[in-house]
Amino acid sequence: MTAPHTPASVSPDRARIAGKPRLRRFRQASWDEELIFELGSPGERGVLVPAPDPSVPAAEVPAVLRRAEPPALPEMSQQQVLRHYLRLSQENLGADLNIDVGQGTCTMKYSPKVNDQFARDPRIAALHPLQDEDTVQGVLGIIHGLEQLLKEISGMDRVSLQPGAGSAAIYTNVAMIRAYFAARGELEQRDEIITTIFSHPSNAACAKTAGFKVITLHPDADGYPDIEALRAAAGPRTAALLITNPEDTGIYNPRIEEFVRIVHEAGGLCSYDQANANGILGITRARDAGFDLCHFNLHKTFSTPHACGGPAAGACAVTEELAPYLPRPTVEPDPGTGRYRLDDDRPESVGKMRPFHGVVPNLVRAYAWIMSLGAPGLRAAAETAVLNNNYLLHKVRQIPGVSVPYAAGRPRVEQVRYSWEKLHEDTGLHSEDLGLRAADFGTHYWTSHHPYVVPEPMTLEPTESYTRADLDEYAAILSEVAREAYEDPETVRTAPHRSTIHRVRPEALDDPAVWAVSWRAYRRKVLGEAER
Amino acid sequence: MTSPQDFVHPYIPNAVPAVRQAMLAEIGAASVEDFYADIPDGIRLHRPLDLPAPLRSEAELTRHMEELLAHNTSTRQVLSFLGSGCYQHHVPAVVDEVVNRSEFLTAYAGEPYEDHGRFQALWEYQSMMAELLDVEVVNVPVYDGFQAAGTALRMAGRITGRRRLLVATAIDADKLSRVCDYVRPDHDVVVVPVDPDTGCADLAAVRGELAAGDTAAVYADMPSALGIVDEALPRLAELAHGAGALFVVGCNPIALGALAPPSAHGADITCGDIQPLGVHQSFGGGNAGFIATRDEERLVAEYPSRLFGLVPTAVEGEYGFGDVAYERTSFALREEGKEWVGTAAALHGIGAGVYLALMGPQGMREIGDTILALTAYARGRLAEVPGIEVPYGDALHFADFTVRYTGGRTAAGIRAALKERGIFGGVPTGEHEAAYCVTEVHTKADIDRLAATLEEIVK
Repeated sequence: MTAPHTPASVSPDRARIAGKPRLRRFRQASWDEELIFELGSPGERGVLVPAPDPSVPAAEVPAVLRRAEPPALPEMSQQQVLRHYLRLSQENLGADLNIDVGQGTCTMKYSPKVNDQFARDPRIAALHPLQDEDTVQGVLGIIHGLEQLLKEISGMDRVSLQPGAGSAAIYTNVAMIRAYFAARGELEQRDEIITTIFSHPSNAACAKTAGFKVITLHPDADGYPDIEALRAAAGPRTAALLITNPEDTGIYNPRIEEFVRIVHEAGGLCSYDQANANGILGITRARDAGFDLCHFNLHKTFSTPHACGGPAAGACAVTEELAPYLPRPTVEPDPGTGRYRLDDDRPESVGKMRPFHGVVPNLVRAYAWIMSLGAPGLRAAAETAVLNNNYLLHKVRQIPGVSVPYAAGRPRVEQVRYSWEKLHEDTGLHSEDLGLRAADFGTHYWTSHHPYVVPEPMTLEPTESYTRADLDEYAAILSEVAREAYEDPETVRTAPHRSTIHRVRPEALDDPAVWAVSWRAYRRKVLGEAER
Repeated sequence: MTSPQDFVHPYIPNAVPAVRQAMLAEIGAASVEDFYADIPDGIRLHRPLDLPAPLRSEAELTRHMEELLAHNTSTRQVLSFLGSGCYQHHVPAVVDEVVNRSEFLTAYAGEPYEDHGRFQALWEYQSMMAELLDVEVVNVPVYDGFQAAGTALRMAGRITGRRRLLVATAIDADKLSRVCDYVRPDHDVVVVPVDPDTGCADLAAVRGELAAGDTAAVYADMPSALGIVDEALPRLAELAHGAGALFVVGCNPIALGALAPPSAHGADITCGDIQPLGVHQSFGGGNAGFIATRDEERLVAEYPSRLFGLVPTAVEGEYGFGDVAYERTSFALREEGKEWVGTAAALHGIGAGVYLALMGPQGMREIGDTILALTAYARGRLAEVPGIEVPYGDALHFADFTVRYTGGRTAAGIRAALKERGIFGGVPTGEHEAAYCVTEVHTKADIDRLAATLEEIVK
């Protein structure tokens, strides 16, 4: 039935292929997919449930505890469910699919597929956390092994892998700081925590949640945290300094030891947010600058997938002095037998930070990643991430309209916070407009640069994963978008043009009368259907 | 072995020396050291990290990991009756297929245009959970059920402006530890002991504690740490509301196709863990928390976590999504936000959505009834074993339950003996008490084997 395949029909195609454009003509899948509640029909089902042996009677359930009406869940056949979600997956741009340098501050790096296989192995996935220790020596060995690796990478004495993510690890460090001063009878006096405006918002928010007053240092004229402001803030009320270095600007604070000394002399502790550790692995360590505590985001620096916003995993590392306060249980090796046991008898511990032993699949991935690279590999990752960053910096700063605020002439570590302020002044377009247009070329667009201290910000973090060609392509996309902004601003203003959907009208998100967090709320408030 | 300059790993393409040199030349830098100029020499690590030699090839790495994994015995290899907050349920293949797609697994904090699928899948998760819980607002997952309980209680505290939190049902010790740590700056937690005979809430004692005033919330678990679904839940709601407090209930969502959701009993805030909804046990690594309320501004305003909302786009008939009331969050307000928000456990929400869509109302009803029936059968069957008592006989149990050994052997000894016979279970909760759990993966024959094995052991 097919038409004959003639040379005449082939050659023009070949000619066109030879003319492949400089920038890729990306189009995101757009299935115009229904909401799941609009699919299926009554009686359809996606999976069958085991029924007990007929001789097992149904349980007697008191009427007050019985569900009156079945939940109004979708009723769909299995393939329909699969198709719906695979269409949604195609309408999602994972790091595996794009040059994912736009999500600065988040260290989007390649997550090796083989590590996913380890995490999914039934000997991890089908382990119960309350199994006897004898039956889980492998996973306890992985947890202990990862702790040992992170001890060396941070220079600290003890590590806990229990926190569920980076912010949970920040909170855990604050909880340990609180327990430390409580044990010394100083908690009422030491009720202030100092942080910096370019540190992740969770540093301030976790400190506040744990009951501390928060003092925020702003940058000096060069973009470094203001050391005079620190001197003014540090004192007998100081419990701790929570600081990121390099901060989210990519600038390394060369006076970090002095910061630590000022806080220590005031009697406070120093906690290092190492979400930005990727550029300094094997170069410098939290302990070397005098810190008492630090944390890592395993889903950033140690290459576990970001999973649409988690599950992530956090690691807290502390000096021996803070070790009594670590979350319980700890994993303890028995030097005599080489076996591992869980120690829950830790009276000064801050207690449990999450159920059981941490986000174990990600602990497995992080362990495998570090073991595959070793010291030379970590160093190569750090150096290459920094090389890539400065290479991209070199290219981007040549684009009209871009500036690089602060620390003029100084290098950056693993990321850069740029500014489109000049382009905005020239064209009226915002950084967000440019980002949305960049999405038309198949990239994740930048959004991560809270707070908006830098005008019209753009934060890029290229990591070690991307090739020189990737970086060239990314810079070419930015260059093209900037050119369009000056020559054809309407195209940029109305972007995206090749995404799954067009610009949302966000007004309804802040209006309690119409915001719709669920299908039933949408039906009631927007469609005007009566409540059931 | 090698210097970093010679280490070209498959994960690090630009470590190729020629590429590196070309890039340095283009930048005009002599070496990568130029970029580290701001790091003082005194805090530079002037030696390689002391780590094991790299397992450079995937083959070597796989061999190493296999050696470690071989020292684990999984619940697929052995009959397991372990629960207590982490549950062995069947995970449908379609759930794994979806959550392991690169597009979901490796995406992060994308926005509506390039990550439309993430927004829709999580909004649909919120919506299906809302149907299951019979509420209108459910958040994007937080870390786990412990965190959800702590946050739900702090929300109640912010809404009422009060200090005391009463725990009215039996609570897991680790969960209590987490909650106490978390609410410590603002709240005192009062655990009201349950009736030792029934295992259920002691209403007189709760009433007495409420009389002291200043109570922000009465908290109950459904089922409780003893596995009991307490018939007193509606009475606890009445008592709480009568005292001007909120009623906060932690629940296991997989029970709710068969059992009334906490909102039906008067819960103002429902919370819990979605691990039972299609997330693997993973040695306790699969937990993820939910918080749910009515759609009232005073409640919604107190969520610290993200809430995705459905909105129109510039094109008629297109569904768009975004963050509802984003200015609540610490992303926007730092220390002035509600608690904090960061990366938590979103993918488990997508997976739980797939699970609920596959199960539908029929599947959720059937799995609830299956687990209720098997729990009742297991309790009855074990009660027939000489040397075993099954306490709290009248209370409805779901999945988890307690047994008491009367034959003199300790719970720890019996657990060890079970393990010798290829059965995981009987986690000691006292010297002569232990926790067991059954789910839909168990058969009558499995339970009979457990009972027969215990008959040999407990005497």
